[in-house]
Amino acid sequence: MGRGLTRRFALRMGGALAALAWLMPARALAETIRQRLPWGAGQSDRPDRIDDRPGYIFLTSSEAAFVEAAVARLIPSDATGPGAIEAEVPRFIDRQLAGPYGAGDHFYLQTPFSKGLPTQGWQMPAPAVVYRAAILAIDQWATATYGRPFAALDPATQDQALKALEDGKAELGSTSAKAFFALLLQNTLEGYFADPIYGGNRDLSVWRMIGFPGARYDLRPYVTRFGEPYALSPVGISGRPEWRRQG
Amino acid sequence: MAEPAVDVVIVGFGWTGAIMAEALTAAGLSVLAFERGGWRTAPNDFALTFDQDELRYMWRHHLFQNVAHTTLTFRNKPDQLALPMRRLGSFLPGAGVGGGGVHWNGQVWRFLPSDFKARSHNIERYGAGVVNSSDMTVQDYPVTYEELEPHYDRFDKLCGVSGKAGNLGGNIVAGGNVFEGPRSHEYPNPPLTMTYGPSLFAKAAADVGYHPFPHPAANMSRPYTNPLGVQLGQCTYCGFCEKFGCGNDSKSSPQTTILPVLMPRPNFTLRTYCEVMKVELTRDGKHATGVSFIDENGATLFQPANMVILSAFMLENVRLMLLSGIGPPYDPKTGTGTVGKNYSYQITSSVNVFYDDKITNPFIGAGALGMIIDDFNGDNFDHTGLGFIGGGYLGALNTGARPIETHPVPDKTPKWGAEFKRAVASNYLKNVPIVTHGAVMSHRNNYVDLDPTWRDRLGRPMLRMTFDFTDNEHRMSDYLTGKAAEIGRAMGGREIRINKRTGDYDISPYQTTHTTGGAIMGADPKSSAINRYLQSWDVPNVFVAGANAFPQNAGYNPMGTVAALSYLSVDAIVNRYVKSPGPLVDA
Repeated sequence: MGRGLTRRFALRMGGALAALAWLMPARALAETIRQRLPWGAGQSDRPDRIDDRPGYIFLTSSEAAFVEAAVARLIPSDATGPGAIEAEVPRFIDRQLAGPYGAGDHFYLQTPFSKGLPTQGWQMPAPAVVYRAAILAIDQWATATYGRPFAALDPATQDQALKALEDGKAELGSTSAKAFFALLLQNTLEGYFADPIYGGNRDLSVWRMIGFPGARYDLRPYVTRFGEPYALSPVGISGRPEWRRQG
Repeated sequence: MAEPAVDVVIVGFGWTGAIMAEALTAAGLSVLAFERGGWRTAPNDFALTFDQDELRYMWRHHLFQNVAHTTLTFRNKPDQLALPMRRLGSFLPGAGVGGGGVHWNGQVWRFLPSDFKARSHNIERYGAGVVNSSDMTVQDYPVTYEELEPHYDRFDKLCGVSGKAGNLGGNIVAGGNVFEGPRSHEYPNPPLTMTYGPSLFAKAAADVGYHPFPHPAANMSRPYTNPLGVQLGQCTYCGFCEKFGCGNDSKSSPQTTILPVLMPRPNFTLRTYCEVMKVELTRDGKHATGVSFIDENGATLFQPANMVILSAFMLENVRLMLLSGIGPPYDPKTGTGTVGKNYSYQITSSVNVFYDDKITNPFIGAGALGMIIDDFNGDNFDHTGLGFIGGGYLGALNTGARPIETHPVPDKTPKWGAEFKRAVASNYLKNVPIVTHGAVMSHRNNYVDLDPTWRDRLGRPMLRMTFDFTDNEHRMSDYLTGKAAEIGRAMGGREIRINKRTGDYDISPYQTTHTTGGAIMGADPKSSAINRYLQSWDVPNVFVAGANAFPQNAGYNPMGTVAALSYLSVDAIVNRYVKSPGPLVDA
């Protein structure tokens, strides 16, 4: 089995299994290399396609209601361009949490956890665990404070609630409101601005709005064309929406 | 169980490991390099068809050290409790063959001649108080710029650096860096073609009276064949350089400059996914017998060697010394001991210039593409009355405006909501970023040691980092930021935004991967861990290559100096040490 295949296999294993695989030294991949420059035909380490079926994989319906409502306020829909909902940011977040990132494959997760100083950074479990606990706590806090879970509040009250999370003024028990808000905003921006292969930035609509040309391999023709807008439509790693077969 | 003996074991196979291995194998020595990550090559690992993926490479750390495997603990002050760095952020060490050399920007600098005499030079010019106050533990290098110049030149040519000299053999050349030390040769390649934003910066900087020049770049301005016969292609300004591998072989890395020549040599072996546990010493602790390592089956094996070179990035180099008992650990209370001493970093800030009428296309980029001024670096300016020593460069760099990371908005814009979105949409194409990149001096309470509590997955103590910016750094950074704002205002935009670095050092936001010190070079074993040839004072058949050697940091990217020091070291190993093993400098 080629090392590319092995690595992708490891990546496909869900949650805890993937985290475990990453903690082990990658034994099967070790090589003693003598008098050659290794290169494996057909073993390119391509990004995995996300599960393209409709619906959510990680988020429960109440979690999905929170994420949809929250990202719709973080990046609202208006005349400027697509909001987080049209860009399918909730689907991006769901697929991220369902995969190795949600399981914390690049996080150090050994216990015990302690709060730490603000300068000491992330002191929480894996992102999927944090979302699950935080959304539950936020809905309890919102119900206690505003009489309803977050998703059922009107937009102005939702903004108020998000501000309370951002400023760390919402009391969420063991979850840090501030840290969760920072994570939610970061993941929202990731889904909004990332290549569409990960489920957000639907049809490259966000790149089109800001003028980012995307995965362009060669920008030399424009280096000295000062002040000229780039003429071509953006392109993603898997191509452009116009290339998709219709029907 | 022991493996067959080799002349030299190299621990860590990034830039320094590859530089050392190439020179040692060329001299006929048998060399075995251990790398804890895997083999990496552009067509397999960052091909053009999928390399331009900001989420995966930058935000999901695809080419970086995975903290689930290897991390450290961190605190700002010695009286705080250090906690594990659970997510990578402030600095981004590499993992795998090529190390950080795969995902660096290719910013190749030389330190100033006065940077090598940071202590004596500053005392001579400003009086003893300037470095003797506030526990500043600044030291002179045991080498001079003049001694390193041929080695800097060698790395320029290996990498095919694109740039313009400002001082050729003492003759000042307009358009280059007029503050730099004398160069023996012009850069091997002309500067990259300049984009709009840096051009606007350069004009304004010159109008204000400063001396702009193109940033020296290991991104190819034209096709290049290096002295080893390895070919690099012309850079296409795709904007995915920093934090990414180059799918086009147009950024210098071990893969694109050394490995095609080194790997086929019969006296070289590379073992990937093998982690070195420690350097094994003789009973008296004065001689290394080899290294113990964990192989692919999880077994601990012994690899005998006549010589060990640590080149596993400065953090892991220092940890391996501490784990192996090479040199006395540093104690900040008494100021004695050397290993772990003078950990240092850099301090950065930025200014954004926003235009209504100028489309600057900031997504057109290369790792080291930009215009710089060096008027406020090192001791290029009079520090009298400023309350700090050191400095940094500042300039407009177009490294590529990948939108998750780069969506600058004017001051006082909210961080989310409709107003945020509108600001991103209307400013993304019409801004110029100016960055400042400043030195951090060394201080008594900035150091690394072994954590008393936290252990890694193999049961070894983690490295514990104790670090904070001091008044010297904040004053210096504020001064640089003020100069950046001055030029920013002169650029004629609608408005500028000033992003100062304030408060305690925070390990979360990305700043720079220029962590330095911990096993510093010096002229005296009482105050340094290694000598001018990067040779351990205590175990003379161990050499420690990397930015760990810097007694304090300078206001430049470190790789040029790390490479030059590595060449100085390996020349001494080949020409002197091999013929007569033992200390190359008498203690």
